[in-house]
Amino acid sequence: MSKLGDLGAKLYRGEVGYDFVGKRFLWYGVSILITITAIVALAVQGLNMGIEFKGGAVFTTPKTTSSVAKVTEDAEKASGHDAIVQELGTGGMRIQISGLDTDAAADVKKELATDLKVTEADINADLVGPSWGEQIANKAWTGLGVFMVLVVIYLAIAFEWRMAVAALIALIHDLTITVGVYALVGFEVTPGTVIGLLTILGYSLYDTVVVFDGLKEGSKDITKQTRYTFSEIANRSINGTLVRSINTTVVALLPVAALLFIGGGFLGAGMLNDISLSLFVGLAAGAYSSIFIATPLVVDLKEREPAMKALKKRVLAKRASAAAKGESADDAIGSGDEPQVVSQGRQQPGRRR
Amino acid sequence: MAAPKKGRRPTGAQGRPGRALAIILIAMVALTVGMFISKQTTPRLGIDLAGGTSITLKAKSEPGKENAVNETNMNTAVGIIERRVNGLGVSEAEVQTQGRDHIIVNIPKGMNEKQAREQVGTTAQLYFRPVIAFADGAPAAPEGAQSPSPTASGSGAPKAQDGNKTSPSATPSSSATSQGRALSEGLKAPNAPTPTPSASESKKADDKAAPSPSASAPAPDPAAADLQAKFAALDCTNEAQRANVGKGVKPTDPTLACGQRGEQWGKWLLGPAAVEGKDVKSAKGEIDPQSGQWIVTMNFNDHGADAFAKVTGELAAKQMPQNQFAIVLDGDVISDPSVSTAITGGNAQISGGFNQQSAQDLGNMLSYGALPLSFQEDSVTTVTAALGGEQLRAGLIAGAIGLLLVVVYLLVYYRGLAFIAIVSLLVSAILTYTIMALLGKGIGFALNLPAVCGAIVAIGITADSFIVYFERIRDEIREGRTLRPAVERAWPRARRTILVSDFVSFLAAAVLFIVTVGKVQGFAFTLGLTTLLDVVVVFLFTKPVMTLLARTKFFSSGHPWSGLDPKRLGAKPPLRSSRRTAGAPAPVEAKEA
Repeated sequence: MSKLGDLGAKLYRGEVGYDFVGKRFLWYGVSILITITAIVALAVQGLNMGIEFKGGAVFTTPKTTSSVAKVTEDAEKASGHDAIVQELGTGGMRIQISGLDTDAAADVKKELATDLKVTEADINADLVGPSWGEQIANKAWTGLGVFMVLVVIYLAIAFEWRMAVAALIALIHDLTITVGVYALVGFEVTPGTVIGLLTILGYSLYDTVVVFDGLKEGSKDITKQTRYTFSEIANRSINGTLVRSINTTVVALLPVAALLFIGGGFLGAGMLNDISLSLFVGLAAGAYSSIFIATPLVVDLKEREPAMKALKKRVLAKRASAAAKGESADDAIGSGDEPQVVSQGRQQPGRRR
Repeated sequence: MAAPKKGRRPTGAQGRPGRALAIILIAMVALTVGMFISKQTTPRLGIDLAGGTSITLKAKSEPGKENAVNETNMNTAVGIIERRVNGLGVSEAEVQTQGRDHIIVNIPKGMNEKQAREQVGTTAQLYFRPVIAFADGAPAAPEGAQSPSPTASGSGAPKAQDGNKTSPSATPSSSATSQGRALSEGLKAPNAPTPTPSASESKKADDKAAPSPSASAPAPDPAAADLQAKFAALDCTNEAQRANVGKGVKPTDPTLACGQRGEQWGKWLLGPAAVEGKDVKSAKGEIDPQSGQWIVTMNFNDHGADAFAKVTGELAAKQMPQNQFAIVLDGDVISDPSVSTAITGGNAQISGGFNQQSAQDLGNMLSYGALPLSFQEDSVTTVTAALGGEQLRAGLIAGAIGLLLVVVYLLVYYRGLAFIAIVSLLVSAILTYTIMALLGKGIGFALNLPAVCGAIVAIGITADSFIVYFERIRDEIREGRTLRPAVERAWPRARRTILVSDFVSFLAAAVLFIVTVGKVQGFAFTLGLTTLLDVVVVFLFTKPVMTLLARTKFFSSGHPWSGLDPKRLGAKPPLRSSRRTAGAPAPVEAKEA
């Protein structure tokens, strides 16, 4: 641990550090690749929508002696629809019948009880009308939209519009990746998944906000000095808050992982599992994007500002003159990112706030 | 180095850690005491944890009546559904609106789902019951004693007192003609002119009349006598009695009912249901073209027509008030027309004393039940107590494991500091628990599985705030500060980060809560609550405790196990005098600049 502490100190002082900003195009590339994969998976494979979105019934039985095949047969005979049967860790069965009318479900339940030799009162039933999932999804979309607008306004006030935009892009990035993973792996999408997905909104931004806060502070009086360009300061901020970001992410992920483990292992399936699975994927994506995507995006936006361009000129001029005098240039920032920084000069004049 | 000029500026924020701690301590004690006083020591459990049935209904907006889905109508519907469900002897069923157009009905275990759904369902609980006796709403004390075996007397009295325009049985002949007209217009006209059940939709304003319980108990068996006694004692002006009257009585048994006649409450002793509401094919309020009066026309299905013909035939031969039948909707008598002839053919009309509003209302009630809106079932979830318990256990285990993992991680990484975090988490947990328990009674908050999930996820959010603060303190120590100034200097910055990120988190929870329905709301609620509590705990507990502990030797000397050892943190020497250091390495300056 003390090694980690050392690393924290070195990161803080800038003795070591990863050049997140300088290598941003690499990570942009990685993210674009992942995002495209996600979108393609979504388009090709689509999402495996749970019964809640299609309408139908889910019955959960207590421990029975019947086999899965037998139960499937019984369920299909009773309902006249296709049935998906899973055996749970408890020895019970989870029977999903899609397209089953909520009115007819009561009869099916009765028949199932007879077939499986359990009392009707022992069978859990979840009957969903065909429009239920759609409503949940619609409300989720509304929520998503409202939240995004509010959060952009808030971040624009608390920080600045560039950070708000970057945070929003990072957020969309996280959501896309999470949905993509669902499409790719074929996890079932349930209202629980939607809950998890919506929670990512808050969480992904939580991380981003922590990093931005460091950035804002680091770049407070940036124009009053001539040592560093904005990119360099941003990179330092990321590295300086890296330990914090890692720790907050790990600590956030641990309970979710516990939920996932228990939800998946103990109950087999259900709400716990669904919420935690999407949260887990989303949180991981959120941690990644706040460091590799959000802050570099802010840099890209910020470096278009005339003030920042002027600053860069001054910094580079100073360095050049220092180099001419034979003094060693600054040791703090890995000079490896220097070419990268210079290359930004090509950008066209940006708006000034 | 960093800011030689600023140096170790004494911060006023160091303030009074004792006071903040006292506040939160008092809050905790108050909440705990409140919890015990109100006997709500555990949060109320939702259906998915306690077992039971949960039904989500969505109001259908009908074309042309888009505005019907409004708060008033939704609340009316909730009231009616509540009465229906609780009317069947299931107590504590909970009916509430959610969002703009949803109603959630939660029925605790002990009632089967099918029965529950029938109760809640979209069909009205409407019955036509013959009237055995009628009296004024309040119990007439002296007569109450004698009423068990009243004789059919004074049936003329109420009629005579029916001073205003209604006069029920005065209209039969005129409406007999109008009836044929109304029917031929309305539905398929019967061959024979059907006589009217001319109604006394009695707007008896001056209801001093008819306190005489004018019933004739036909067969004084014990049950009937008992019912008579109850009838005498019934006080329909009392809301509690009104709510309970006729509760749990099967349609095939005689019952008592209350109803409003104009401003006054009346009470009825009613026979077994003769016709059910579902046998009414259609009904509506319309103007009788003959008389120009508002009337209500009804059309029965075959079964209803037969039953109605039979009962009206029987009733017509009787005397007031037993020639009346009561239309009982969800336990309330909404109308009690009298009958003068058997009505065959499946069409009937109620006339007398209606205005446009009352005729249309009655028509709507007859056709749709009392619900001002029609609903569709969106989801029905039945959870057995066994599964509920299992889910609760799973949630608790997951929470325990999650908490344990976080604690272990914090301990390994932050050592002594971790204890502050752990105690803070504990404080947060106590606050969350007590508030949840109290809210169970206060606003009917029920802990469901997603809410448990939210609480577990919140462990992370809460712990994150401590991490933000701790890392800030460590940063300050790395700058070469001693612990006490480091704690104070780190606070304003950490505070900002915590507030901003908690605000974002809370915003997400609030938006989720407002726009979503059902289970999602439980999750959002817990998340929002814990986020708020996180801010409270960090401000009133963690920070003050940190300030106090910074004064202890263990922490201030940077003991290796304190988690604040300057050497381990890689602080720059000289540790104690940060003023010196003219040639500080640049990076820090950039950071601080």
